[in-house]
Amino acid sequence: MTTPQAISASHPAGVRAPNGTGSSVSRVLGVVALAAMGLLVWLAFVASPRDAIQGDLVRLLFLHPALAWTAYLACFIATAASIQHLRKGTVGSDILAHSAVELGAVMTLLTLVTGSVWGRPTWGVWWVWDARLTSTAMLFLLLLGYLALHRIDAAPEVRSKRSAVLGVLLVPNVLLVHQSVEWWRTLHQDATLLDRQFDFGTSDLFMFTMIFGFVAVTLVFSWLLLHRFRVGWLEHQVESEWLDEAIEARRAEAHAESHDGTPTTGGVAR
Amino acid sequence: MSDMSYMYLGWGVPLVTLAVYSASLVVRGRALSRKVPAERRRWTS
Amino acid sequence: MLRDARLIAAKDLRIELRSKVTASQILPFALLVLMLFAFALDPDSQALERATPGLFWVAVLFVTVLAVERSFSLEGGDGVRDALRLAGLEPGGVFLGKFAALVVQLLVVEVVLLLGVLLLYSRDLAGVGLLAATMLAATAGIGAAGTLYGVLAAGLRVRETLLPFLLLPVLAPVLIAATRAFESALDGVPSDGWPWFNLLAVFALVYIGIGILTFGSLLEES
Repeated sequence: MTTPQAISASHPAGVRAPNGTGSSVSRVLGVVALAAMGLLVWLAFVASPRDAIQGDLVRLLFLHPALAWTAYLACFIATAASIQHLRKGTVGSDILAHSAVELGAVMTLLTLVTGSVWGRPTWGVWWVWDARLTSTAMLFLLLLGYLALHRIDAAPEVRSKRSAVLGVLLVPNVLLVHQSVEWWRTLHQDATLLDRQFDFGTSDLFMFTMIFGFVAVTLVFSWLLLHRFRVGWLEHQVESEWLDEAIEARRAEAHAESHDGTPTTGGVAR
Repeated sequence: MSDMSYMYLGWGVPLVTLAVYSASLVVRGRALSRKVPAERRRWTS
Repeated sequence: MLRDARLIAAKDLRIELRSKVTASQILPFALLVLMLFAFALDPDSQALERATPGLFWVAVLFVTVLAVERSFSLEGGDGVRDALRLAGLEPGGVFLGKFAALVVQLLVVEVVLLLGVLLLYSRDLAGVGLLAATMLAATAGIGAAGTLYGVLAAGLRVRETLLPFLLLPVLAPVLIAATRAFESALDGVPSDGWPWFNLLAVFALVYIGIGILTFGSLLEES
């Protein structure tokens, strides 16, 4: 075990490790993302006019689809990282998959909340069995399942391997659920309710705000993913350090016992 | 409720949630950093 | 691989023939579920009759959770997993073997359940071809997903609570598709049901494929 003093002495003055998950890149990204979100709020609430059909309700459409997009993006990242983990077994890919799923769960929940808040004044109810709403809710449950599996009390390698298999299944599951729910609902109604409720007005500002919403939310997503990954990395360091220490202590104990001369019956097996 | 109050609700919940989540990540990162030796937490970028 | 699969399947089925857990516990449970549905829905209002396909498949899903837990408790004993690994069996074969044994048991339960709903919910048998095809495809999908998720949860302290939570959302497409296919079969319009059969077949193939590919890394680990 190296003491903190030894570490700080071994590094030249001036080169200091960051006191947290921030770095110069993440700081720049954070400022840009924050500014973009501020601009998006201004665009959505001040700059853009009421929609002819939707009225004020159109303002939520600058946020809601972008949140949904990041939720799906998170799933793809999680599956890609999980495949990588099964092939190479690296720690980082497991942490990345876990981070993406946690973030994806947050984004999916927010997609559901914004969809519901938009639906209440539009449809008169908080929830309808619309294909997209239903499959988003199922996606949320799938992500919660991954998080539950990743929380199990097992050896780290077992946990990450099993989680990785679940992560690989995430995208196929999302596709299958999506497809079946889509068919299920379209048998009963002509189209999803969302499609008929607004037409993409020819307004350039509307289109720009819409696209800018995707950019801003993706920036926020990247910042969150970066920091979530670093938190996961630090957690792994703490966990493995604790393990190293425990093994070290056990070895010292065994060593002392074997030099004691007393017969070591039981307990020290293996 | 007017349409605008739904909009404030619809924007407020995600923005507050994301802000709280970001803050929790930063706080967790700071707390964990104290337990990890400096050489193991040099971010490459 | 197929030889290993046959070995494992024969082993699981032989254990079942001797212990009769599926026959004496899981099968009666499935029939009990049919009774519970009748208590929950008023049998006079024809609600049962209309909901028959859905209730049938919900009952099958409940049975699946129990059967998968049972299937992996066979390997739950000390070191049995290691022994399985050390026996030099191919992981893909182990997967197919567990899968086949599970499918056989589920099919037996489903046939009894089908007789149960026909009798108890007074539906007439129709569209037998589609019914049989749907049952095979859906059971293959349920069996493959069940085997894969069963091994994910196997050996964990929280397996009983974790397995249904992981497995049931994944089986939602099967529930939807199999219910619709059964509906069109029993209503006498089988042509509406075949697209759903295709979905079930795709589901089964996806899960069998991923199962064969990933089972190795799951067996290696512990």
